[in-house]
Amino acid sequence: MTSTTPRTIPQRTRSSRPNKSHSQGAGDKRSIGRNVVLIGLSIYFLLPMWWLVVASTKSNRGLFSGTAGPLWFDQDFNLVDNFLELFSQSNGIYWQWLGNSLLYAAVGGGGATVLAVLAGYGFAKYAFRGRTVAFALLLGSVMVPVTALVLPTFVLFSAVGLNNTIWAVILPSLLTPFGVYLMRVYAQDAIPDELLDAARIDGAGEARIFFTVALPLLKPAVATVLLLSLVSTWNNYFLPLAVLSDPKLFPITVGLGQWLQLSAASGAGQQLWNLIVTGALVSIIPLIIAFISLQRYWQAGLSLGSVKS
Amino acid sequence: MSLTKLRKPQNDDVTAAALLAPRSQRRSVITRRGRIGWAFVAPFGVTFIALLVIPLLYAFWLSLNTNTLAKGNQFTWFHNYGQAFTDPLFLEGARFVIVFSLILIPFQMLISLITALIIDELANKVARISRLLIFIPYAVPVVIGAIMWGFLYSPSFGPMGEIFGFFGLNAPNLLSADGIFWGLVNIVTWQWVGYYMIIIFSALQGLDPSLFEAARIDGASKLQIALRIKIPLVAPALVLILVFALIGTLQFFTEPQILRSLAGGAITSGFTPNLYAFNLAFVYRDFNYASTISFALGIVVFIGSYIFLSASRKKSGL
Repeated sequence: MTSTTPRTIPQRTRSSRPNKSHSQGAGDKRSIGRNVVLIGLSIYFLLPMWWLVVASTKSNRGLFSGTAGPLWFDQDFNLVDNFLELFSQSNGIYWQWLGNSLLYAAVGGGGATVLAVLAGYGFAKYAFRGRTVAFALLLGSVMVPVTALVLPTFVLFSAVGLNNTIWAVILPSLLTPFGVYLMRVYAQDAIPDELLDAARIDGAGEARIFFTVALPLLKPAVATVLLLSLVSTWNNYFLPLAVLSDPKLFPITVGLGQWLQLSAASGAGQQLWNLIVTGALVSIIPLIIAFISLQRYWQAGLSLGSVKS
Repeated sequence: MSLTKLRKPQNDDVTAAALLAPRSQRRSVITRRGRIGWAFVAPFGVTFIALLVIPLLYAFWLSLNTNTLAKGNQFTWFHNYGQAFTDPLFLEGARFVIVFSLILIPFQMLISLITALIIDELANKVARISRLLIFIPYAVPVVIGAIMWGFLYSPSFGPMGEIFGFFGLNAPNLLSADGIFWGLVNIVTWQWVGYYMIIIFSALQGLDPSLFEAARIDGASKLQIALRIKIPLVAPALVLILVFALIGTLQFFTEPQILRSLAGGAITSGFTPNLYAFNLAFVYRDFNYASTISFALGIVVFIGSYIFLSASRKKSGL
């Protein structure tokens, strides 16, 4: 079984199997059925996004009692007003949240990638004392649930006074055992030992070998680990919710969650529904664009995880 | 490792190493190389110790203590764990995530497997576009996914009435105590199926087509090829997904926390173990007991996924 396990090579392109066209024969009834299944599924997966786009053009009143129902536009087109209101609400705190999310993702996700590349390369290409034990420890930690670390991190950070600072979010994001694991698996095959030895014989130092020989070969895996850690930092909710109390430091996820809580609190609550909807739409657009334009990278990259070690 | 193949000493080794016998010269290269290996791993190692090992040890220490107004801080051994495993709130939350996993994960895996098989088989324009569309929810943060679905479920401004009415049905209230289970199953499925589908799809694309050609010549149907050849060959990807899904579901937190404000009383403070730990810490300020719950949950997830992975290791070749 092991020998037939797919080893996905990153340079594989999407249409690398020419002998597939046989299934597209005209009049194949079952193939029509399968197309319909796919279209149906696509509609289901797209429906909430469609609703979000439509709802972001409505005022608070329109959301509750629109003229055309929840899935179609109102007579009253309120998108621009909603957008302007996002700037004025609490001195434009929404944009501050968006900026915070960007900062946390860039520093946390970027830093995590740097650490993972270095460590993965070290594990793959140097036989140092304790390597086996250290790597076993790392593999075990991949299975430690992330949220199990949130409260421990919170209590530790309150002991050292780090809570309610940007570092309380950034530092824990630097840890990606899974990224190191992916990097090691990839570096093992992508960098031939002979190449490193040849560079050493030519007198290159280890640092120079890493930057000029190894790093270019690791590019696809670097892109993958970067993408995965950017997404997980951008998505982060539990950790910032626990360690931050100053609204000015919130990432977008915690901020919108708080608006939701405020609006839902009966009676005294502020009605921010239209802002939540428009804010949610604005915050996912960059990610969706990034995913669609970087398709080539994550498609090859996500499959790395399913390759055996 | 083929380190011993290389004898050439590096510059700073030359003076010392040149005087020594080849054997120890070789060793000096190896230890030097080893130190460089450690240097590459060290930055990650430091964060690993500071942000994983130390917090876990500290939380474990906290979980062994009890803090009461009357007696102050006391070392109480495993008293908190005893309390946790007889605490109806914790047990109810644990029961919920287990039942939830048992229903959600097979359902999710089945949909992503079938979708991946169809997309791999069709390989036409519809397949390429729907692959992207089905994946898009993965790019949406979980918080936003939960907010969107919460609004969609809302009887006051969601379209559920319209959609079910179209099929002549009454819309269920997925934010009520009875409906919330299925409401959550739907949200998690929507968010993750695309990601799992891509993993399986990539594994399918990596298979050697000559395997199916032979079966097809022997008269095997597409269904037989899928069941007998393709699915067993992508088993490692399926195992990986199963473990990811299990780890994720047992620590269920974000979706119920977000839906809490919309779902009224349907989501209690002990709805899932993580939600319970969070509320213990931030509402009741009981960090000792919160650490206990957190730690107990972490151990259970860790042991569970470890046993599962090593049990399936032989079968799947993972």
